[in-house]
This record gives sequence, C-alpha cells and structure tokens, in this order.
Amino acid sequence: MPTFTMKVFRGGPGAGDFREYRVESDEGMVVLDVIHRIQATQANDLACRWNCKAGKCGSCSAEIDGKPRLMCMTRMNLFEPGAVITVAPIRTFPLVKDLVTDVSYNYEKAKQIPPLRLKPPDPDGKYRMWQEDIDRIQEFHKCIECFLCQDVCHVIRDHPLKPAFAGPRFFIKIAGLDMHPLDRVDRTEFVREQAGIGLCNITKCCTEVCPEHIHITDNGIIPMKERAADNMDPVVWLLRKFRGQRRPA
Amino acid sequence: MATPVYETHEHDVIVIGAGGAGLRAAIEAAAQGVSVGLVCKSLLGKAHTVMAEGGIAAALGNVWAEDNWQVHFRDTMRGGKMLNNWRMAQLHAQEAPERVLELERWGALFDRTKDGLILQRDFGGHRYARLAHVGDRTGLEMIRTLQYHGIHQGIDVYMECKIERLLKDGDRVVGAFGYWRPSGKFVLFKAKAVVLATGGIGKAWKFTSNSWEYTGDGHAMALWAGADLIDMEFIQFHPTGMVWPPSVRGILVTEGVRGDGGTLKNNTGERFMFNYIPEFFKGETADNEAEADRWYEDKKNNRRTPDLLPRDEVARAINAEVKAGRGSPHGGVFLDIHTRRSADYIRKRLPSMYHQFKELADVDITKEAMEVGPTCHYVMGGVRVDADTTRSTVPGVFAAGEVAGGMHGSNRLGGNSLSDLLVFGRRAGLHAALYAKDFGGQLTVNAAELEQVSREMLAPFARTSGENPYAIQADLQETMQSLVGIIRKESELRQALDHIQVLKDRARKARVEGGREYNPGWHAALDLDALLTVAECSALAALERKESRGGHTREDCPYTDDQWGKVNVVIRVRNGALQLAREPLPAMPEELKQIFQERK
Repeated sequence: MPTFTMKVFRGGPGAGDFREYRVESDEGMVVLDVIHRIQATQANDLACRWNCKAGKCGSCSAEIDGKPRLMCMTRMNLFEPGAVITVAPIRTFPLVKDLVTDVSYNYEKAKQIPPLRLKPPDPDGKYRMWQEDIDRIQEFHKCIECFLCQDVCHVIRDHPLKPAFAGPRFFIKIAGLDMHPLDRVDRTEFVREQAGIGLCNITKCCTEVCPEHIHITDNGIIPMKERAADNMDPVVWLLRKFRGQRRPA
Repeated sequence: MATPVYETHEHDVIVIGAGGAGLRAAIEAAAQGVSVGLVCKSLLGKAHTVMAEGGIAAALGNVWAEDNWQVHFRDTMRGGKMLNNWRMAQLHAQEAPERVLELERWGALFDRTKDGLILQRDFGGHRYARLAHVGDRTGLEMIRTLQYHGIHQGIDVYMECKIERLLKDGDRVVGAFGYWRPSGKFVLFKAKAVVLATGGIGKAWKFTSNSWEYTGDGHAMALWAGADLIDMEFIQFHPTGMVWPPSVRGILVTEGVRGDGGTLKNNTGERFMFNYIPEFFKGETADNEAEADRWYEDKKNNRRTPDLLPRDEVARAINAEVKAGRGSPHGGVFLDIHTRRSADYIRKRLPSMYHQFKELADVDITKEAMEVGPTCHYVMGGVRVDADTTRSTVPGVFAAGEVAGGMHGSNRLGGNSLSDLLVFGRRAGLHAALYAKDFGGQLTVNAAELEQVSREMLAPFARTSGENPYAIQADLQETMQSLVGIIRKESELRQALDHIQVLKDRARKARVEGGREYNPGWHAALDLDALLTVAECSALAALERKESRGGHTREDCPYTDDQWGKVNVVIRVRNGALQLAREPLPAMPEELKQIFQERK
C-alpha cells in the first residue's frame, strides 16, 4: 500500500505549525480516513470534525493542498504515491484547534434571515405546489452547510463590512425562501441592507468549491441581485408574488 | 480534588440530541411557553438525521387513496413481527401524516405528484407507496426544515456539548452534567425535565452506517439513572451498505434503490430473493419474476417483489447467499437498477447514490451494478417509555426517536424512523413541558456527585501508563461484529460477554495525551463507558431470547416462538448490577386485533 507524508496543521489560536505524519493508505481511502488513522495511531488528540463520511453532513471541511474541500470526498488516489499532502483548517474562520474552526458567524447569520410566512392553503385545506416551480429551490436545498463557499468568499475573508454581509450560503438560503411558491415575505430591504448583496462582485469562487455543485452564483446570487434592483418598484414586486404559484399548462 | 469548576445553565426542559426527534421536541416544548435548552454533540444540523435518505412514512394517501393509518399500523406491526408496543405503532400511524404536512408548512419541499401534492415512494414492507421524500436526501430536508424553524422559537442551543450523566434528586431528574468539546470545560444544566433524543448505538459494530456520535449515550445514561431498557437484542442490519472499497464499507445505500426498481442478484445473475420468501409474507409477495416485474407498473393486480421484503429478511438472505459462495467479488451481492431504469431517471431519483458510488467507488450506477451487503444501521431496543407521553420509568426523563424502545418491535420498516422522530419528538416535547410546569420544589444538585463524575472524567489524563482508547473501541467493534452480528449463537454470545468484561477493565485504564481542548482521544475514552454498557446490554438480551425474530437471529434457536412473542426482555440496574427480566407486552385491544383478521 502506498505511503504518504501528511503535513497537518497542529495548534490553536496564536500558536501552531505543520507537523508531518507518515501514513499508509489502503485501497479507496479518502483524506479523512488517513486523518483518522493518524488520530488512532500517532496523535490521539488531533482535532477534526466529521460525521457522515459520505459527503452528506458537511462537517469535515478543510484546505487540502490549499484547496477548500471535504476531507471525506477527497480520494487519496488523486495524489501520487509518496506525495506530501498538506491539510490545513479552513482559513476564514477563527481557529479553535488543529483542523477545527469557529463557524459561529454562520449560525448568527442564519438567525437573522426573515423566515417563511405562508399564504393560506387551498379551499380544501391543502397546499399545492408544482414540481417545475420547486426544482430550482430543491437545488438550493441540497446545501450541506459545509461553509466552503463562505470560506472562499473574499468579502467574508477580507472586507471590513463582513458584519453586514451574509455570504453565498445564505444568499441561496434567502433565494430559496424568496422563490418559494407559497411565501409572502418581502426580503428586499433585508437582502440589501443586512445581507449586503451589493458587496458580492460575482467572482464565482463559491460556486467552484461547492461539493454539491449548486449553481450558487448563476441560479441564486445573480437573480437575487436583479430582484433587489427590480423590487425597488412595488408594482413589480406584487406582480412577482402573484405569479409565483402557477399551474403548468 | 478541589470542587470542580463548571458553568451552570438552568432551563425548564433540556433536550439532549438535536436530530429530528430532539429538534421536534425542543420546538414543541418551546411552543408550550417553557424555557428550553437544546444540547448537541456536533454542530447544529449535522446530527444523524441528515444522513437519512429514502423518506418519511406517512399514510397521506396522495398516490394510493386506499392507504390509511390502519394499513400503516398493520404494516408496521407485521414488520416488527408483532413485538411492537401497539399503542406507539397506532399513534405513529395516526399522527405521521399531520407531522409531514407540518414540515411542509415550515418550508420543506418534498417531490410532488402531478396534482401538486406530496409524492410518495415504495419501500420495503409498506403495502402502498407511502414515503414522502426529496430524491434520496430526505433527512437533509427534514433536519434543515426543523433547524431553520427551530432557531426562531427562542430555544437556547448548546452546540458541541456532550452530556455524561443525568443528575437526580431522590427519584426524579434535576439536570445533566457534561463538557464543552471545544474547551473541555465542564457544564451543568439544571432542568426540571430532560428529553433524551440521543439516537442509537451502532458505533459498537465494525461495519456500520452510523457515525462517531452513535455511542449509546442516552441508552446508557437512562439505564444508569434507573430507567428500564427493552428489546436491546434487536439490531437492524440494513441489507444494503457499500462493501467496496474497504474504506467505505458500511456506508448506506438507500432502500429507495429497490423501491424505485432495483433488484438484488447473486454472482450467477439469479434474483435470489425469490428463494427467501418467509411463510409470514407469502400472501403478499410475488413468487415469480414476471409478477414481480409487473408489480412496478400495476400494483392492484400483482404482488410486490421480494426485493422489498422487510430489512431483516433481506439482510439474512444476502448473508446466506454470500456464505453459500454466491456472493460478489468483495463479499456482497449485486444491486442493479440500470437494467430497469434509464440514466436520467436514476440521476433524478437517486442523485446522492449516483454521486456516492461515482466519487467513492468509481462505479457508475447508471451503467453497472452496485455491490452491497448488510451494515449495522439501527437499534430497535431502547428506553422503555409510556406510549402517549414518552416518559420513562424515571420521573422527569422522557425519550424519543431511536433511543426509545417499543415502537418498532423486533424490526423497523424503512421510512418509519423519520416519522417516529416527528411523532414522538413532538409528544416528548409536549409532555416534558407539561411535567416541568407541574414541577414543585427546588432543583437541588448533589455537589459530591458532580465532584465524583468530574474526577472520573479527568482520570484518563492523570494516568502515566495505559492504553489508547481507539484500540479499545476497535476491539469492541471486532467483538460485536463477529460475535453479536446478524446470526448469533449461545457460545459466541457468552464469548462476547467475556470479551466485554475484559474491555471494560482495559477502558478503566485508558490513557489520553494532550490537553482538554478539542481532544478526540479524550472524547473517545469518555464515550467508551456508554458504548461498552450498551454492547453488554445487547449481548445479554440476545443471550436471553432463545428464538429468532426480526433483528435477532439465533442459529441455535432458528424458529420464531409464540411464547417469546408475548414478552419483552427488560434490562435495568439494581444494586449496581444489570438485571434481566421477561415482562409481558401490553395487550392489544380487540378492535385493533380486527385489523389483522380482516386482511389476512
């Protein structure tokens, strides 16, 4: 079995460096397996988050050779046997320890989003929605909250207005609510003022790193920017809300 | 040791666990106007529910108008080989549709029928297409919906916080004690009522679909606090886990693959499930390929394919095929959907299965068969609860979801877990809140007990010699996999119990390195206590039940025995030792018995 040199970041806020571990990798292994092997045999206290190990929970985000990825979906056979592989915590959020960062910024942003408020049901008490109207939103609902898109977003990384900026994960969350055929909330002002949609200049870094391949920019952010501009006009907003629920021909 | 340093939080109700059951419980308790704390081991939204794939079983009747709660109730009881707590199965079948519609009102977007209603899919053991779903990522939709609804209900969420012990004053619970995983610091929750929603115990087995979190914390803490556990011998091995490559062995392959047209084959290409139709299900199962194939299109005039027998039956069949030398190259069997369905259909209905096999196994399921085999998936056994209120036998302790026993009898049907979480999560939150409102007197915590628990928790740091906790966990997983697996026998169960005693001794001497901050080695050492306890309970109960039923198959007692069908195996701690008892099932009322007569 091939052996790799894993350069893993070890340390906490203020102090830390990369430490090298020589590890064997078995057939089919992913980076997370190798990290677990280090944990079990060489460094019991190596901190990393994980849950499902199948790309469904979005816990094991890290920067592998500088690329933001899920450790559980990064196969070791991507690398040449004997390669030196660097594993670092995602850079944008404050370090807790080793590969674990403090992602509470995201949970605070989530709370600020005005939730769904439903229209009344049909006369028989049921809600009806057409698959064609929800396909796009179901795409956004694939989000596993790995926060890799937040990690690469240059506004969250560098911009002093970060506190007034929601980031790509929450743009698609808001877009999903806005496009919901039964929703009746106007989030225009929220999107402009508190979510800071104007700060995004569409570099598409978020879309590139999304492990769920969600078209964050094209399907979420750009239409939202357009709506934020259109919805300055209350007539357009009303029309859009009325057209929201339609039966396909 | 000096008095331990800890922070204190006080709530009327604390909910331990933030998967489907915990979130639903917290939402309901908050709706009753009490103060609620929700404590979770991982970040919010990462709990095991997120991995559920196939759907939520609920007799909405959107696809088959003939469906109703009575049919769902009957399917559930028969799937559990009639060992279920009938009242739980009844409440579950009656309330599941409203819980699903409620999720829709909170923003969940299920796949739709042509009439704009919630679409339902076929699953094992369900007479009609019954599972509300979103492709094959239903659990993700459910947990996100509950999470984003929950954060606006005034619930205090404590993330990455692990509870080690329930605290009692006299007979009743008054709180819980644990630690923050990031800082390693201790934390005390004072509470009038505690809802356990901690999930299962699958991390005690080697090949499992369960994550690191499934270490039986709630089962063990309830037991230590004096509660009864029932049915701990019943472990569900999901028939279809991935088997290759080795690093992904055990990862779940949704039953939806078979629900949507996938068939199981052995290495001769034979659809072997026709050879494994038990007497109990003969009346409703196709006995030839032609009828099974017609069933996909015409369910009225044909019986269902045996590929969709309940999970225990399919898991045993796969096990037998592999043992007989008819398995796939890597010790599983073949699951093939590409011969019946188009690539577009597969990618639309099963996107995450497509992705998972492509990325992790280099298999394109639109062109090739998958290799699958049984994987430890779910524990039917758990805390004995009152069906209507979910209260355990310890005042103030409630339990919902996988940690509770009784609902699923000896075998759970697919899709009945997500609905269980919603139905009993809501009931747990409601009744915990009502209990808290009636609570009189002070919340008095025993300081000496806290000192004792904290000393035990820190002991692994103090040892200068001793073993790595990961090695102990790995040995336990080997033991349970080889000796308390799908097929059991007395000699092996006794051997397993001997091993567990040795492992307990080793665990008491485990040593960890490093500091208290985010130290997975320490966390693993602390988890061993619960994990070894639930493993012992499961092996003990398996030794006690001398018959085969559902998720408990004894090679030395291969038949289902009516006498055993009348009792639960109950485990409790008395005078510091585990005590076993056989106690009668609650008796089903006559009008419900009729449901089984009429449809025979």
